[in-house]
Amino acid sequence: MSRRLKDLIKAARGAKTAAEEREVIQKECAAIRTSFKQEEADYRHRNVAKLLYISMLGYPTQWGQMECLKLIASSGFSDKRIGYLALMLLLDEKQEILILVTSHMKNDLNSNNQFIAGLALCALGNISSQGIARDLAPDVEKLLGSTNPYLRKKAALCAIRVLRKCPDLMENFVPRIRSLLSDRNHGVLLTGVTLMTELCETDAANIEYFRRLVPTLVRVLKNLVMSGFAPEYDVNGITDPYLQVKILKLLRILGKGDAESTDIMNDILAQVATNTDHSRNVGNAVLYECVQTIMNIEAEDGLRLLAINVLGRFLGNKDNNIRYVALATLGKVVSADVEAVQRHRNTIVDCLKDPDTSIRKRALELIYALVNESNIKILAHELITFLQTATVEFRADLAVNLCRVTERYSPNKRWQVDTILRVLQIAGNCVPDEVCYNLINLVASSPELHTYGVQKMYMSLTNDHTQQTLVQVASWSIGEFGDLLLSLPASDREINVTENDVIDLFDKILRDPATTPVTKDYILTALMKLTSRFPSGQKLKSIISRYQSNIDLELQQRAVEYSKLFAWEGIRDSLLERIPVLEQREMKTATVATANGTGEANLLDWDDGPTTTSQQPSSPTPAPAAAAPAASSGLDILSEIFGSSAPVSTTTAPVNNVAAADPLDFLSALTPVASTPAPAPVAAPTPAAPLNGPLPTQTVFQKNGVTVYFDIMKQASTPNITLINASFSNANPFPVANFDFKVAVPKYIRLQVNTPSGNLLPPNNSGRVSQSFKLLNSNHGEKPLLVKIKLDYMANGAPGSDMADVSFPEGC
Amino acid sequence: MTFHFVLLLSRQGKTRLTKWYSTFTPKEKQRMIREVGSMVLNRSPKLCNFLEYKDYKIIARRYASLYFIMCVDKNDNELLTLEITHHYVKILDRYFGNVCELDLIFNFHKAYYILDELMIAGELQETSEKTVLRLIATQDALQENPGDGGKPGTI
Repeated sequence: MSRRLKDLIKAARGAKTAAEEREVIQKECAAIRTSFKQEEADYRHRNVAKLLYISMLGYPTQWGQMECLKLIASSGFSDKRIGYLALMLLLDEKQEILILVTSHMKNDLNSNNQFIAGLALCALGNISSQGIARDLAPDVEKLLGSTNPYLRKKAALCAIRVLRKCPDLMENFVPRIRSLLSDRNHGVLLTGVTLMTELCETDAANIEYFRRLVPTLVRVLKNLVMSGFAPEYDVNGITDPYLQVKILKLLRILGKGDAESTDIMNDILAQVATNTDHSRNVGNAVLYECVQTIMNIEAEDGLRLLAINVLGRFLGNKDNNIRYVALATLGKVVSADVEAVQRHRNTIVDCLKDPDTSIRKRALELIYALVNESNIKILAHELITFLQTATVEFRADLAVNLCRVTERYSPNKRWQVDTILRVLQIAGNCVPDEVCYNLINLVASSPELHTYGVQKMYMSLTNDHTQQTLVQVASWSIGEFGDLLLSLPASDREINVTENDVIDLFDKILRDPATTPVTKDYILTALMKLTSRFPSGQKLKSIISRYQSNIDLELQQRAVEYSKLFAWEGIRDSLLERIPVLEQREMKTATVATANGTGEANLLDWDDGPTTTSQQPSSPTPAPAAAAPAASSGLDILSEIFGSSAPVSTTTAPVNNVAAADPLDFLSALTPVASTPAPAPVAAPTPAAPLNGPLPTQTVFQKNGVTVYFDIMKQASTPNITLINASFSNANPFPVANFDFKVAVPKYIRLQVNTPSGNLLPPNNSGRVSQSFKLLNSNHGEKPLLVKIKLDYMANGAPGSDMADVSFPEGC
Repeated sequence: MTFHFVLLLSRQGKTRLTKWYSTFTPKEKQRMIREVGSMVLNRSPKLCNFLEYKDYKIIARRYASLYFIMCVDKNDNELLTLEITHHYVKILDRYFGNVCELDLIFNFHKAYYILDELMIAGELQETSEKTVLRLIATQDALQENPGDGGKPGTI
C-alpha cells in the first residue's frame, strides 16, 4: 500500500532535524523504488508526484525519470498530466532519454482530447531539444492552423521554441502570421504577436516583410485602447496591458528606421502616451513600453518630447520601481536627445543619494552619459562626493569613469590635476595603471604645472600614503621636480619643505609594510633622481643601497644598478636630467588608447619584436657625450651601460604599457623586458639586439583632411621584419567616425595587423588614433617593401574611402 | 526571450516552486537559486523590486510569506513583469480561495499546472484570469472523472 503525497509532505515537514528529514525521504524513496520495480501502475502517478516533491527538497531523483515516460505512454489523462509535469521538472533538453518520448508526444499532439494535445504542446514548448523540435515541427505547424484557440495559442509559443532550436525552419511559420493576427481570441493574438517578434529577431529580413502588417497591429492596439470596460481582460482600468505591451514592442522593431511605418503608428502612440492612466503600476508598464518605442522609431520631435516628459514624470514618482525604469530608459535614449535629458539632471544626481543600489547604479550610468564640457565641474563634484561614501562594488568602476570623464572634458589642466588627485586620494587603490600614466603625462607635459603639481602631490602624500596609485604618481613627480619643491619663492609657499622632510617621507613609505613592490620601484627611482636634484646625496645613497639585497628581484636589481651609477659621476647628472616636455600628441595618443581600453598592449603583441620601443623621435633627450651614436633616448644609453643583461623574469607594470609609458622611459630603460615568447631561462639573459633606431615619422597619405603617419622601426638582428606604428589625424572641424584602416601587401610579404586604438578621429588635429602592424619581407634584400593602404570612414555623415600605395625608404 | 526561470521561495529560503525556461545544468540551477535567493531575501522591502544579476534581470516581489522571483532578459519590461507576477498570484488566489503558503506546499503540482496554462517557452500565453481558471477546472474534473477509460487520479 502506498502512502499519499499529502502524508509524505506532512511527514517531511514534521521532521525536526535535517537528518530526520533525510531518513523520511530515504524510506520513501525505497518504497517508491520497490513500487516501480513491481510495476504497480495504479500507484505510478502518485509515486512520481512524490518524486517531484522529493526533488524539490533537493534530493537526487534521476532514477525515476523512466517512470515519467511510462506515465506519458499510458492512455489516461490523469496519468499523462502528472507524467508531462514530471517530464518538464525532472528532465531537460540535454537528457538523452528525452528522445524516447518523441513518438508519444507526436501521438498526443494529434489527440482528439484538446487537453492531452495541450499537455504535449506545453512540454514541447518548454523542454524540447533540437532533434525533437525538428521532428515535431510539422505537427506544431498543423496546430497553428487549428480552429481551437486553446491549441492555437499553445502552438504559437511552441513555434517559438522550435525557432530557437532550429532557426532554419523559419520559413514554415512566416506565412501563418497573418491569420493569427486576425483571430479574435486574445490568447492567440498575444502569442501570435510574440511569435512575430521572435521571427523578426531570428532574421531581420522578416522585419521588412512584416511591415505590411503594421496597419493591422495598429488597429488591434487601437481597439484595445478605445474599447470600453472589458471585464475579462481588464487590469486596473486598462484593457489587456500584456497584449498592449507586446504590440508596442513589436511596433518598435517594425518602425525602427522606417519612416512610412512610423507615420502609420504615430497617432496611436501619441494616444497611448497621453491617455494611459499613470496612477498605477500597470499603466506605467504600458507607458514605459510606449516611450521606448517612440524613442526608437523615426518619430517626430513633438512625440519625442512627449515621451521624454513621461520619463521626467516617472523620475519624480515616489515609487522606486518607476524611478528605476525612468533612469534605465533615459540611459537608453540619452544618445538620441542629450538636451532633453539634461533638463532632468538635478533629479538624476539626487538619485545618487538613494538608499537603493539598483537605482544608484542606473543613475551613475546615466550621469556618465550626461557629462560634457559645460557641466563637468558640477558633476565631477557630485561624483566625488558620492565616491567618498560609495561601497566597494561602486568604487573601482566609479573611480575609473571619473578619471575618464575628467580627462575628456576638463576645462583646464590645473583643475584636471586637482580632480584626479582627489580621486586618487579617495580611491587610489582601485584605479587602473593608466590613470597613473596619464596624470604623469599631464604634469610632465605642462611646464606651468610642474611646481604646482609637485607641491600639491607632496602635501597629499604627507596626509596619506596608503593609496598606492597616488604614491606612485607623487613619487614620480617629486623625483622629477623635487628641486622645485625646495626652491619655491617664499610668497608661493604653502608649506615649508626641507630636503630631509622629503627623504624622510620616502623612507617612511618604503618601510610601510602596506606599500606594494611596484610603488617601491617608483620611490627608488625617485630617490635616484633626487641625487642630482638635491645638494647632498649621502642619505639617498644609503637608502638605495639598503635595497641591494631585497628579496624582491625587481627592487634589488634597481638598487644594485642605481648604486653602480654612483660610480659614474661624469654622466650621472646628465642621465638623471629631467625628462623633456612631451609632445602633446603623444599624450593624446595615450589618452585615446586608454579611453578605448584596448590599444595599450598592442606593441607587446609582436611575437618576436622588441618591446622597449618607446623612443620618441621628436623629443630627444640630451645625450651625453659617452652615448652611442644611434642613441636618441635614455633607453639606449642605459642599454649600453648595463648591456641590457637584465633577468627576463621580471616585468613591471610600467613597461607593460608602452604607448602610455613614455614619461617612464627612464624606468623602463632599466628593466628591459625581453618578451621573447620562447621561454628564455632566467639565469641566461639574452642581450637584446640594439635597435637601429627609429626612422623619422613619415607622412604617407594626406587627403580630405585625414593624414596618415608611419613610425617605422626595425631591429638589426631581424632586418626582414619591419614594425610600423601608423597613426591617423583629422584636420577637419568635424570628427571622422567609423575610421577603418586596411593594409594589403604583395605575396612575398607577410602581414600582421593589431587592433586600432579607436575608430573616431577627433576634429582639428586634436588627437590621433594609432594602429600598429608588422611586415615580414620573405625576399628581403631582393624585393622592396610595398604596401597598399585603404581608408574607410564617415566624415560629416558622408562615407569616404581612399586608397594609396606606400613605398618605404632605402633599407627597409 | 522573456522568462528564464520562475522561482518561489519562502521567507526562510525554502524552495516552493522552480520552473526553468532556459536550460541550465543542475549545478548552475542550484547556484542561481542560492545567489538570487540571498540577494532577494536580504533586500529591504522599501527598495525597488528589480535586481541586476549576471546578464539577467531579477524581478522579485513578496506576497505574504512567499517571494515570487522572476528572471527575465535585461531588456524586458520590468513593470509588466511585476504585472505578470501579480496575474499569477491573483489566479492562485482565486483557485485556492485566499491562497496561503501551505496551499502551495501541499498542492505544488496545482501551482505548476496553473503556471503551465499561463506561460510556455518563457512567454505569456493567456491574459484572462477567467479563462485560465476555467481551463484548470475542466482539467481537474477530467482527472477526477476520466471519461476516456483511464483511472481517476487521486494523489
